[in-house]
Amino acid sequence: MTEEHTQLPDAFTRWFAARGWQPRAHQLALLEKARAGKSSLLIAPTGGGKTLAGFLPTLVELYEEAAKDKKLVSTGRGIRREGGLHTLYISPLKALAVDIARNLEAPVAEMKLPIRLETRTGDTPTSKRQRQRRDPPDILLTTPEQLALLLASADAPFLFGSLKRVILDELHSLVLSKRGDLLSLGLARLFTLAPDLVTVGLSATVAEPDELCRFLVPQPPGGEARADLVIARAGAQPDVSMLDTTERLPWAGHSARHALGEMYDLIKRHKTTLLFVNTRSQAEFTFQSLWGINDDNLAIALHHGSLDVAQRRKVEDAMAAGKLRAVVCTSSLDLGIDWGDVDLVVNIGAPKGSSRLLQRIGRANHRLDEPSKAVLVPSNRFEVLECTAAIAAVAENAQDTPPLRTGALDVLAQHVLGRAVGEPFLSEELFDEVRAAAPYAKLARSDFDGVVDFVATGGYALKAYDRFAKIRQNKDGKWRITHPNVAQRYRMNIGTIVEADMLKVRLMRSRRGGSVMIPRGGRVLGQVEEYFIEGLTPGDTFVFAGEILKYEALVENEVYVSRSSATDPKVPAYEGGKFPLSTYLAARVRDILADPKAWQALPAQVREWLEIQKWRSLLPPANDLLVETFPRAAKNYLVCYPFEGRLAHQTLGMLLTRRLERWGLKPLGFVANEYALAVWGLGDMGLRIAKGGLSLAELFAEDMLGDDLEAWLDESALMKRTFRNCAIIAGLIERRFPGEEKSRRQLTISTDLVYDVLRKHQADHILLRAARADAASGLLDIKRLSEMLSRVQGRIVHKRLDHVSPLAVPVMLEIGRETIYGEAADTLLVEAADELIKEAMN
Amino acid sequence: MSKLAQAKPLTPPSPLEGEGRGGGYAARSELAASRPSRRAERVDLSLKGGGEESAHRFSITVSNATLIADPCGALYWPEHGLLAVSDLHLEKGSSFAARGMLLPPYDTAATLARLTKLIAHYAPRIVVALGDSFHDGGGPSRLSAEDRDSITVLQRGRDWIWITGNHDPEPADGIGGVFQHTLTIDALTFRHLPSGAAGEIAGHLHPVAKIAQRGRAVRRRCFAADDTRLVMPAFGEFTGGLNIRDAAFADLFGTLAFTAHMLGEDRLYAFAAKRCLPG
Repeated sequence: MTEEHTQLPDAFTRWFAARGWQPRAHQLALLEKARAGKSSLLIAPTGGGKTLAGFLPTLVELYEEAAKDKKLVSTGRGIRREGGLHTLYISPLKALAVDIARNLEAPVAEMKLPIRLETRTGDTPTSKRQRQRRDPPDILLTTPEQLALLLASADAPFLFGSLKRVILDELHSLVLSKRGDLLSLGLARLFTLAPDLVTVGLSATVAEPDELCRFLVPQPPGGEARADLVIARAGAQPDVSMLDTTERLPWAGHSARHALGEMYDLIKRHKTTLLFVNTRSQAEFTFQSLWGINDDNLAIALHHGSLDVAQRRKVEDAMAAGKLRAVVCTSSLDLGIDWGDVDLVVNIGAPKGSSRLLQRIGRANHRLDEPSKAVLVPSNRFEVLECTAAIAAVAENAQDTPPLRTGALDVLAQHVLGRAVGEPFLSEELFDEVRAAAPYAKLARSDFDGVVDFVATGGYALKAYDRFAKIRQNKDGKWRITHPNVAQRYRMNIGTIVEADMLKVRLMRSRRGGSVMIPRGGRVLGQVEEYFIEGLTPGDTFVFAGEILKYEALVENEVYVSRSSATDPKVPAYEGGKFPLSTYLAARVRDILADPKAWQALPAQVREWLEIQKWRSLLPPANDLLVETFPRAAKNYLVCYPFEGRLAHQTLGMLLTRRLERWGLKPLGFVANEYALAVWGLGDMGLRIAKGGLSLAELFAEDMLGDDLEAWLDESALMKRTFRNCAIIAGLIERRFPGEEKSRRQLTISTDLVYDVLRKHQADHILLRAARADAASGLLDIKRLSEMLSRVQGRIVHKRLDHVSPLAVPVMLEIGRETIYGEAADTLLVEAADELIKEAMN
Repeated sequence: MSKLAQAKPLTPPSPLEGEGRGGGYAARSELAASRPSRRAERVDLSLKGGGEESAHRFSITVSNATLIADPCGALYWPEHGLLAVSDLHLEKGSSFAARGMLLPPYDTAATLARLTKLIAHYAPRIVVALGDSFHDGGGPSRLSAEDRDSITVLQRGRDWIWITGNHDPEPADGIGGVFQHTLTIDALTFRHLPSGAAGEIAGHLHPVAKIAQRGRAVRRRCFAADDTRLVMPAFGEFTGGLNIRDAAFADLFGTLAFTAHMLGEDRLYAFAAKRCLPG
């Protein structure tokens, strides 16, 4: 009876036909899976009718259901009622949920389907939220956080008992973060509450679809289960090229200043252009520079995550209305929402990963059958190599999305408390339920018990807090909350997105008569990170919201700025959206370097650069690590080229300098970029290596990830920031209290103090373990460093040179450009004190 | 190479992520190596002549009394063998725990351990705890047996004065010592709440100072002092701070003509309050 399974009801066929559409094969395939009661993952490119495919089975089922006799369903409270919540849709962005709801209303209205659909986000009024719990719609569109809130309520069994389907949109993006962990745990709970539940995942193309398939279904103990995979026909092959610049290619830097004129010409020749950059400061810079040469007054706009929401909405609306010729944007525009007729995507700087690039390219031309057009603009010579590698990867549709996460323990802690808030639980049952979630499938019982202990009394070896427990085991063995207050505070602090503390930036009204008072009020330009402002002295200038601004004062939680006439900002704002070069692209870049035949495809200036490198030094085989040493200006340099991304290189730099120091080579500093690491010092490292007094194999030995790493981590500011996030997610530190909202500024306890105390007294505490796990893959990228160290064992090639090699120039140029930071804050105090003396002595 | 760079191991650095394309750092030794001579000048300036004893000691003169300010945040008055520490906030962790935030319960032991080291170093005849020694009135009764014992051991063979504070206004049982609102010796008066009187050594405000250098800020606890009065930094493990540019300090000192002696790793750094940043 496959016929019946794939056939659409007449009302639907007519609706498609009336619009001149044909149901697509993958839309019907999802319908068939749904009718067979199977969970499925749909992988489809942008513009493939993905959302409709996800909802079609629900719409059809609800339509058919309405034609039959009304059935009463159990509510889980001994009452029975009609219908109930049928489908839950979860998206990573609340704007996306709202957008999708709007798009769905059209077919529902046009086919006169008896379906009620509603959204539920942080913006939904309380009265409506309460009503939704008592009288749910057929389809509810929401976010992972709202799902967690709904689950942590006594109504959850009633609300979700009738649930037939969960649709997870942009799954490829959700699973990469702690929000994905939280979602997986919520999903595991839903499978318990509604055993017949099936899931539909919607995703862009990924490297390992099987992993996403696991995410969608409960994992059996010790085994593996997967949802069925449906792959939509790929769209037309995108047309991707690299800007063939006639200008001189810079050696270093990320501004792509040289290509501004050529980019402006591209904008002129196209209807609407999206210019993607990698960081917010690049967005600001590019936007400003384009307006500097915008003789035709083209409508060019700016869009990034820290601009004021109202300002972003204005740009989005103008974009949708087709009023803009170009938008300079960061990954804030990477996801989902439809932006009208973009006919060109320009990617400025390195693409960093082929999957990311493919998704950005997909923003151009939302029609499946026409090729998307994209131009890559490398901003320096190494980026030419990276762009070349990325274009080849796109041609093969090669994906490099990271593997599925291992579920974080801090998120689990939040979930465990949420479960107790919902209804009392037994450890055994919750452990089994949690292990059904794919990211937690391998969770050890001891870790689970550790987390429960943490939630209950803080998880301290010193059992001091039994009387202050948040959850406690009753005689029946069930854990329940000790006070209603605990539930209230849980609800106020839910979520896994810990933003850096942000301060509002206000443009100051002009001062009247040179008054020293800072006038209050003024237009809000957006938000900046608190720690960025902390480093500024009043009078410093920086670029923000497309202008050069002067920092005037900090009043409570607001930063007051004025417009500045300065042409160069004093303090560059390096922030936001930095992604490291993907392992996959890095390997391709190494391949290109190692193979002179591949150089033919490169621009002449780059080819020449590599030729000279080959002649002066050497270009190593793809899996070897080249280490060059040379003297320069009374210092000795060691430069290596691991191609593992800036984060991993920085970590390597920290560890190498510790070792060199110990071995008496007097290292003085280092600088890292995406491709290379340069360390400099007083001792002649080249000579020591040549004489056999320094073994590179030993210097780069994997054991540096042992004690050296531990010793460094203990004091690292990055580690403290990572810990803070874990402490907040796990609920150790609460950001919000009933009746008041506190920022970190007002919190009476600093997580740095807690970190210091904890690491001294209980180094194996569960939160420290969670923070270390985050650091390994996050800001310190230890995982990648460790893979590199093991890859190059026995494959290190040393070249001792008289002077700097061509390949080393880019990283050496970063040295002068960089503000050199000392981790040891005392260094800065010494320096500040020095200035004072200079003042006093002159 | 300067002596400093050889004596001091390379302090492990870390990048400030997001702050640049390459991140990176300059080792302390580089900065030291480039300016060996200035360091000596600076030491002279900030020590005000008190540095001959040991590199760990720096003197501050208040109402003509010469006090040694320890980088740990304690004050030692050699003339009377008196050691003062302020705002210990013992049992702050458990105080939060009682209100639902289960902070690590190790703060009391950690604070007492630092105090033990100080006492071993200075061997004072008198110890003055300058108020807010406990985070709340219930603190003394929540002390663990071990921590209670360490306090007893510390008190052995010396006078111990608990100055009352706003967090602990009442005398408590079982923690030894004597309780006083103020203590006056010669020209100096020790009390918790600063009143601005001449010769006053106070606590309560938890002074911190902030200096920015090359786009990065350093915020540290500090002694705030002019020639006639001094506010001590908080000593407790879990204590935050109030910026010395807050109006409370201007009110106290009358003007910004006071000095912040910021606590460094192994020495103090003196900055005019005007030079320090608010926030």
